[in-house]
Amino acid sequence: MSGIPHNPDGQPLTVDQALININQTADPGLRYYAAWWLGKMRIRQPNAIAALLTALEDESDRSPDGGYPLRRNATRALGKIGEGYDQVVPALIKCLHCDDYYVRETAAQSLESLGDSSAVPALAALLDGGLAAAIQVPGKPHLVQPYNAILEALGTLGNPELVSIIEPFLEHDVPQVRNAAARAMYQITAEAQYAERLVSVLADDQLQLRRAALMDLGAIGYLAGADAIANTLAENSMKLIALKGVLEHQLNKQATSLDLTNEGRRVMELMDGLL
Amino acid sequence: MVLPVKTFEICLQAVNEADSAQGLLDAVEDLADLNDERSIPTLIQVLGFNNPGAAVAAVEGLIQIGVPAVSSLLENLDGYNYGARAWAIRALAGIGDPRGLALLLNAAANDFSLSVRRAAARGLGNINWNDMPTTERTQAQQQCQDVLLQVTQDDEWVVRYAAVVGLESLALVNATTNIIQCLERVTTTDATLAVQARAQWALENLDK
Repeated sequence: MSGIPHNPDGQPLTVDQALININQTADPGLRYYAAWWLGKMRIRQPNAIAALLTALEDESDRSPDGGYPLRRNATRALGKIGEGYDQVVPALIKCLHCDDYYVRETAAQSLESLGDSSAVPALAALLDGGLAAAIQVPGKPHLVQPYNAILEALGTLGNPELVSIIEPFLEHDVPQVRNAAARAMYQITAEAQYAERLVSVLADDQLQLRRAALMDLGAIGYLAGADAIANTLAENSMKLIALKGVLEHQLNKQATSLDLTNEGRRVMELMDGLL
Repeated sequence: MVLPVKTFEICLQAVNEADSAQGLLDAVEDLADLNDERSIPTLIQVLGFNNPGAAVAAVEGLIQIGVPAVSSLLENLDGYNYGARAWAIRALAGIGDPRGLALLLNAAANDFSLSVRRAAARGLGNINWNDMPTTERTQAQQQCQDVLLQVTQDDEWVVRYAAVVGLESLALVNATTNIIQCLERVTTTDATLAVQARAQWALENLDK
């Protein structure tokens, strides 16, 4: 049976079987699923990384719109398990130039989660042309670049030199792009005015935008926004996740992590009220 | 000048005639603010409308009305759709009437929705023990403790967090060695920093 793709219905995949599946090409569906599974199950072993890096070069699995489904999954998986492997970041940087928008988007997200600032110049280059270039692709449901993912990655990985290229995106027509820019500007400058832009989105008419702002404020751990988060018109579960982010940001600042502060206690009081 | 008064009849009519999500929310908030027992059936009905904002307002209204709403909530429970049942459990958790205890014990341990387990675990720390005959109290508190100790092992951080809050409240009534030891364990071993911190705070509060 060795080398033959095998994924019996209802049976959980094993590591050995997933590696067989991702290293074969006869059944693209099994290969696609194995790529996702290796990341999901955090299989951080060299042969998994090697197989996923090979999958990034795949030309056989194509979607009707010309996309590369396998590469999308492999890119995402490498963001989860690629830390500590030298070839992963350069390979993901190369993916930032893939024809497939969704591969570029996932690559930016994965580079962010791997936390390697060597990706910054390549990410920043995708913002070339500024606002004027950041337009919708005709006939597609997205802009020319995955600006949200790029801006968020730059916020996490970036440095003050990026302020001048990120700042214009605060005025983009698409609210999600403006929010990603505000989040990045706050992370880079620590200036409250940028986080306050996200706080003001908590009062937006659209629930989707309020939810996204909750997640952004949780991700940046903006303490001064805690009350506004608790009072947002949205599901308590989302508000609790956002406040958890704020709380843990407070805790992480302490030398010994469980030295509670009054600010931390206040955030927990808000969380208690949402249970 | 006489300000227009929002009477029960006016508020009820506004809820029934609301033609937008925001309109319904505003009308339910007004109705809930009256704290009028006559609004119980309508507030319970709103729980099934799949409008989270309005449902939150209705739950708050029912909690404010409190004990008089409990029998209606319990009677209607089987007829609720899934979402409405979750909101009803939240209302019962907030009211803390011992008649809801069996429901909360089961929901905290077994409901498949994490938001229901979360609310029920919180509610188990919020029971009005004085409304329960003294002869039944010890056993009921033991049941609460057993379930909450179990729920500190839930897969979802927010449910474990709620269990810690529930245990803290229960310990303020009756601090047992089992609860204290459990909180100490959570403080050092829970996988989520926020849950560890909440257990730490609970221990601080119990120390006072």
